[in-house]
Amino acid sequence: MNRNTACPHIEPRGYKSGVKPVWCPGCGDFGVLGSITKALSGLQIRPESTAIISGIGCSSRMPTYLSTYGFHGVHGRALSLATGLKVARPDLTVIATGGDGDGFSIGGNHFLHTCRRNTNMTYIVLDNQVYGMTKGQASPTTEPNWEKGKLTPSGTGINPFQPLVVGLASGANFIARCSSSDSNGTARTIMEAIRHPGFSMVQVLSPCVTFRPEQREWKKLVQPAPVEATSDAAQAARRLLTDKGLFTGILFRGSRPPYQPELKSSIENIAELEEEFCL
Amino acid sequence: MNDKPPGGKIDIRSSEELLAYALAMEIEAVDRFTDLADQMEIHNNQEVADLFRKLAEIEGKHVENVNQASQGKQLPTLLAWEFDWASGESPEGGSLEDAHYLMQPWHAIELAMQGERHAVAFFRHVADTSSDKPVVQMALELVAEEEEHVALLETWQQRFPRPDDGWDDDPDPPAIL
Repeated sequence: MNRNTACPHIEPRGYKSGVKPVWCPGCGDFGVLGSITKALSGLQIRPESTAIISGIGCSSRMPTYLSTYGFHGVHGRALSLATGLKVARPDLTVIATGGDGDGFSIGGNHFLHTCRRNTNMTYIVLDNQVYGMTKGQASPTTEPNWEKGKLTPSGTGINPFQPLVVGLASGANFIARCSSSDSNGTARTIMEAIRHPGFSMVQVLSPCVTFRPEQREWKKLVQPAPVEATSDAAQAARRLLTDKGLFTGILFRGSRPPYQPELKSSIENIAELEEEFCL
Repeated sequence: MNDKPPGGKIDIRSSEELLAYALAMEIEAVDRFTDLADQMEIHNNQEVADLFRKLAEIEGKHVENVNQASQGKQLPTLLAWEFDWASGESPEGGSLEDAHYLMQPWHAIELAMQGERHAVAFFRHVADTSSDKPVVQMALELVAEEEEHVALLETWQQRFPRPDDGWDDDPDPPAIL
């Protein structure tokens, strides 16, 4: 994390790129975009010291809308790219963003091993329980009885993926859940996630108002978790397995040391590096 | 449209603190209306985009007014989540989740009016609960200002008929595959 208090104060809007988002009006992702800018402003991290990395999907457009460095990468590979960047440039604040399909389906294996590796970065998953960009198919977190997708007219019949439980079991060092309707609360949690050493995971319930309009009700259903964050993984697991997915707040703060290999290069100059790629 | 409870801090103790709240509220409103204008522009709803742009411009003037009233005062610096709004969010901002790509001017004005009414309720709450006389005086002035904004928006809204049910029906909706 690179906090520079000597430079002029940056307001949240200073972290926006000026590119107008193409998300559907009413989409929860607008609130999360606002939360990220508020969190970065709260920490006063310089945009040039920050990188937002994403995969593919509606929420993976996030880097476009921020004035930080960004990489809109390959489907499911946001965490791999982010890990590589953070390991090579530990001075940067690295944040990966994406959706439930990108992160837990095609990117599922990368997700497991990123939790296990515990690199010092933050992963914000904007979970709307549907593939929105490809127009409304069931995703890994979709309920088994959701019958509105034409590919699964009788529902998937499959247990939904439990990202926070799996993240915890795999070694994520900070676990939180937020709601996009609580933009300020989400901002605060993202700030805490960035501050926490190791791999921090923030699931944001972010309604898809086009393909899951019933998710507009989420803002009435979510509520702050009635318990404080725990550092006991077993206790966190019990809570996560029984909370029905609508409790918000920081749910687990671990203390594992982050993964950061020693950086050493045997390459003396660029020409030497290029030689390796000569055909 | 959402009708959140008005935001309200229990005890504002100085006019500086009240001005910090007022400033945050107006800045949030500028940002919110600008975001909504951008959204409508992207979705080719130019009439509503222009309306939101106008609302953002007006809120920008309110920011200037609060800044003028703050001259010579040292306002406390608070992060977005450190403001003690009752709903967690600034009351005047309106909800982004209430936007729809087919919304009409009537809806935009309704959304703005809800924000202004929440602002009235917030400042009235401050006036009713603060034990500091200058704070009460300033809060009552802000109530009067916000009530003027509500009245103005009510006049605007009369220019547009309330849309019939089904206004959001799209004959060419996004396909679910």
